[in-house]
Amino acid sequence: MAQDRERIEGGPAAGPDRPAEAAPERPDAAEGLRALAESMESAAGAANPLAQDPELVQDFLVEAREHLARIEACLLEIEQGVHTQETLHAAFRSFHTIKGLAGFLDYSVMQRVAHETETLLDLARNGKLVMRPAAVDVVLAAGDYLRSWLDAIEAAAAGRAAAAPPEPDALIARIEAAAAGGPEEAVAAPPADEPALQREAAAGPAEAPAAGAGRAGGDASLVKVDTAKLEYLVDMVGELVIAQTMLRHNPDFAQVKSPKLQRDIAHLTRVTGEVQKTAMAMRMVPVGHLFRRMTRLVRDLARKSGKQAELELHGEDVELDRTIVEELHDPLVHMLRNSMDHGLEAPAEREAAGKPAAGRIRLAASHQAGMIVIEISDDGRGLDRDRIFRKAVERGLVAADAKLSDAEVFHLIFEPGFSTAEQVTDVSGRGVGMDVVRKHINKLRGRIEIVSSGGSGTTFLLKVPLTLAIIDGLIVSVGGERFIVPIFAVREMFKASPEQVFTVEGRGEMVMVRGRLLPLVRLAAKLGVAPRSEDPCDGLVIVGESGSRVFCLLVDELAGKQEVVIKSLGPAFREVRGFAGGAILGDGRVGLILDLAAVAGEAGAVLRN
Amino acid sequence: MDKQTVPSKQARAAQGRQGKYLVFHLGREEFAVAVLKVREIMGLQEITEVPQTPPYVRGVINLRGKVIPVVDLRRKFGMPDAEATSRTCIIVLHVRRRSGSGDPLLMGVVVDGVSEVLTIQEQEIEDTPSFGEDVRLPYILGLAKVKGRVKILLDIDEVMTAQELGGLELLPLDEEAVPAEA
Repeated sequence: MAQDRERIEGGPAAGPDRPAEAAPERPDAAEGLRALAESMESAAGAANPLAQDPELVQDFLVEAREHLARIEACLLEIEQGVHTQETLHAAFRSFHTIKGLAGFLDYSVMQRVAHETETLLDLARNGKLVMRPAAVDVVLAAGDYLRSWLDAIEAAAAGRAAAAPPEPDALIARIEAAAAGGPEEAVAAPPADEPALQREAAAGPAEAPAAGAGRAGGDASLVKVDTAKLEYLVDMVGELVIAQTMLRHNPDFAQVKSPKLQRDIAHLTRVTGEVQKTAMAMRMVPVGHLFRRMTRLVRDLARKSGKQAELELHGEDVELDRTIVEELHDPLVHMLRNSMDHGLEAPAEREAAGKPAAGRIRLAASHQAGMIVIEISDDGRGLDRDRIFRKAVERGLVAADAKLSDAEVFHLIFEPGFSTAEQVTDVSGRGVGMDVVRKHINKLRGRIEIVSSGGSGTTFLLKVPLTLAIIDGLIVSVGGERFIVPIFAVREMFKASPEQVFTVEGRGEMVMVRGRLLPLVRLAAKLGVAPRSEDPCDGLVIVGESGSRVFCLLVDELAGKQEVVIKSLGPAFREVRGFAGGAILGDGRVGLILDLAAVAGEAGAVLRN
Repeated sequence: MDKQTVPSKQARAAQGRQGKYLVFHLGREEFAVAVLKVREIMGLQEITEVPQTPPYVRGVINLRGKVIPVVDLRRKFGMPDAEATSRTCIIVLHVRRRSGSGDPLLMGVVVDGVSEVLTIQEQEIEDTPSFGEDVRLPYILGLAKVKGRVKILLDIDEVMTAQELGGLELLPLDEEAVPAEA
């Protein structure tokens, strides 16, 4: 703890730029990989044939990324002074592994960088070097550099053009200098684009973020499984459930009056249900890994902006579908940038307001009513309702005399191009970020809520479904076929009475719903099938919403409600509009899931919250 | 380019044509597909129609948890529809993707019935006769005469070349599109 934390010189921890992908298209993956390996000035002179084995390369990428993530977590602990000898050992071992793997595939540059870093860490774990923040920076930069290589290799393996990252010489010089423990000023650091920062900015006597648990030692009990195998398992279990249901509802079966048989069937039902739940749960991963990546982001942002921030993590073991976790990364980055830049005040301002100099950002995950809630809250200055409103009026987003609720005003910050920042900074101010957040969350079929009280901070709640693979669906029938309407897009449904239906100029039809006229879309006509009846009052009207539009959808009747696993219709039907996919219904037949946005087309009234 | 492509294709066909075939019929005509292409044969089941697709696309079925398209070969070959019988069935086939990369697609074809698996020798196979300039039958590998009956050997990848069963009709088959597959 008693480390020297006064000043850090040297550059930011930012690694080299990600490889640009501007080079001409190179369609052949093997060719790309070879070229990349050659650009690594392989010691053997010729590219290693192993580096062209796509499976080996994939394994390498996965494993190296895991090690880099572990290294980063270790380093952040080291930086906060809460590390043990074991933390240093772990970081050392990870670099060592990367070195070995890279050497095996003849990625000699990676090998060299990993080797130098390993040497540095070796000194540290032998007590010959104190890991000062500057040294941590260097090691983080080395990690970033290795990651940029991984990105380039991955791009090449996927057949995309990839430019090799820059030469590592400057980085290696930095590592060597740090290892020598010499005066940092003498180091030929990459151009530092900001003045040295006060070290207190990012640190403070922070306790370890509630990380750690589950990371160490947990690996041994994990098995890596090919996602295709997992999907197959999920498919088969779905079939098992269907087979079981069909058996149970077989009329011949119902004739048998045997209590034992009934008991056994009930048992089978229970077990298959359990198996299905387990199979679905295998797609889930804890959100903690994503959260811990944010620790690094907040650290870097704090150093860049000269603010002090502590990131608290909660609910890291809450599990989400893997694809959702990946999709959440970008929104979280933007939200945290927003919190750092707009939410948290500079230390002096905070102290003047009677708050501790270091701001707190809380990142938490929890379950709520079948959804996952990700909370991003800060104890900063809060959203300025009046200022947002003024800006929105200036930009013509709302009328100056509009009466909006707080929530409606706060949601204006998600408008494209909206920013209250007086000047565009490196971190934010262009009004792009929050727009991106909303797009991502909408794509995930999620919602955003904002709670803010002036002066004491802002809380964003991202509510997303547990998985994208399953939806609750209404099964409707039209012209003898059954279709699935995703429930999240349904507001209400009812049988229309003749006085609710209006015809506009003999063509368009409108339905009066709660005092509002909404256009009526006849599903049968859209799909080119014959409906049971042409009279809208004989069918069922579903009020649906998609994006920012509301409309009425006319179907023959409701056939049921079912939780369905979404399946792709495959490349064969890529050109068919109107369907989001297929699903296996309870009787084993396929039902098509409607894509309401495509079905409604241009029809629809603008959604009002 | 064209000149080279055609013979190479013939050559490929010549060495590759002999082997085991699954024989099925549509009306009175007998067809055969390479057994290696066949995943399974299943009885006719209820097919979910997909609106806005060409008539020969019957729809989709559930093949043990996977949604796969089903094509009606009678309609595909321009033959009149026939009443389904107990012998009508769906042959599930592996079809190569047009891009030549990726796993093959599973696709079902509805046929009037399957009869047998035959080993067809090279000497039993004749090249497709020319039906004139305008008639191109790239999906016929050849004609096999076995016990006095003619069986049309189909290159199922060519039959199903149009992956976009939705959008448009079959695109004209491109002679340049020699499969990249070895």
